Amino acid sequence: MGVTDRSIVLPSSSRARHPGRGPESINARLKRAGVNRGVAALLVTALVTPALDAGVLPEDRADALYHSYDGGGVEVTGPSYLVRKGDNKRISGEVNYYVDSISSASIDVLTQGSPYSEQRTQWSGTMDYLHADTTMSAGYTYSSESDYKADTYNFSISQSMFGDLTTVTLGYSRGYDDVLDNFNPAFKENANHQNYHVSLSQVLTKNLLLSLNYDGITDEGYLQNPYRHVLVLNDPNDPSAGANFTTPEKYPDTHTSNAVSANFLYYLPYRASLRVGYRYYNDDWNVSAHTADISYTHPLRDRWIFDVGFRYYQQTRADFYADLFDRPDQQNFMARDKELSEFKDYSVGFGLTYNLLEHSWGYIDKATLNFNYDHIWFRYNDFSDVRGGAIPPQAPEYEFDADVLQLFGSIWY
Amino acid sequence: MIRTGRLLLSLGMLLLSGCSSVEPWVKPYERAHLADPIMSFSRDPVSDTFIGHVYQVREGARGAEGGHGGGCGCN
Repeated sequence: MGVTDRSIVLPSSSRARHPGRGPESINARLKRAGVNRGVAALLVTALVTPALDAGVLPEDRADALYHSYDGGGVEVTGPSYLVRKGDNKRISGEVNYYVDSISSASIDVLTQGSPYSEQRTQWSGTMDYLHADTTMSAGYTYSSESDYKADTYNFSISQSMFGDLTTVTLGYSRGYDDVLDNFNPAFKENANHQNYHVSLSQVLTKNLLLSLNYDGITDEGYLQNPYRHVLVLNDPNDPSAGANFTTPEKYPDTHTSNAVSANFLYYLPYRASLRVGYRYYNDDWNVSAHTADISYTHPLRDRWIFDVGFRYYQQTRADFYADLFDRPDQQNFMARDKELSEFKDYSVGFGLTYNLLEHSWGYIDKATLNFNYDHIWFRYNDFSDVRGGAIPPQAPEYEFDADVLQLFGSIWY
Repeated sequence: MIRTGRLLLSLGMLLLSGCSSVEPWVKPYERAHLADPIMSFSRDPVSDTFIGHVYQVREGARGAEGGHGGGCGCN
């Protein structure tokens, strides 16, 4: 049986099955595959204010960062500005402005729509209040793009104890999202998120730190991507008849996950540090994942710091994920989001920091220029590359590499 | 039942009294290494937030990302 016999019926057939929708509509429904999930993920995990060293407020500093991601047909660039200022006693505040300018020709877009561009902006603010050995924080984040709005509120409290050797942090956050459809003004759905966070930072020896983290996250509401479709055989009894992308994804309307991690940071006998981390994740969609990372930081002379690291990640697929479905009504819940498939990724990265000032200058105590680069390899085990016309199991497994760049300057004052 | 309660109470008191007598095993003057910027789990928050987002968007797992804080816990 030749590959051409199993060729996919691509969007032209989709339009035929939805005579009321023109080509523009088809593109709209598909163009954003893979993006909404990212927004939700960001906001869910952004809620927990980075745990502070209770008893010490963060340093006053400002950062201006340019970021670039290029991989899998997706380019994302933009700035991130962060300013933190406190009164050096009890109060410190932080404001962050972040932009993603997205240009996407991802595999989902190419198989189900056409390339698109758009922009997401995000504002966030956090206030920290220090009282004795306790730091209380409250924050708010607002993210906006043409068809996704999200408000997130977060609170946390950190307590330092045992002579500042131990810091315990409890955090809670709540997010309220509006999911819209650019080409269907009547479409409006909601998704809400809650995040429970516990972490412990421990000084183990004069050269060794430990950080333990737990996040329990629950989502409720419209959790799927309104544009993405699953791949379904045209004829369940005849795979040679091809397949189509005309059946929308359908996710459960609840999702609960748990993640725990342990990270060690060790000061080496010469002036350098080694960091080792591990995270375990599972959720009630039956996705479980392992993440391991190791990095090494080495100051060079007085004004340079060099970082190098390696990270490995693997996950199982969600219960309701399939690369190819036999029938449009095969299951109550159906997904073909590659982030819910079984896959692994691994990356290497390095960074360079240059201290611009030998001594403080006016109000500026310190200034650095920084460059970070990461290369990531994504390898999927049950997400096929159907761009060539073949369908599973003849289609090859999808894979791609990504380059991630960061260039930023920081000043402390 | 009452005896079990007393036992638990005594055990709890013992544990609490243990907390009050914990002596910092790393003295403040021994924390020079921990105060070095290279001993921070999050040396540049603006960078960590970004790279965290890169992975969150493309992976199923979420939460418990890395460590935070670090340093010496001193001013």
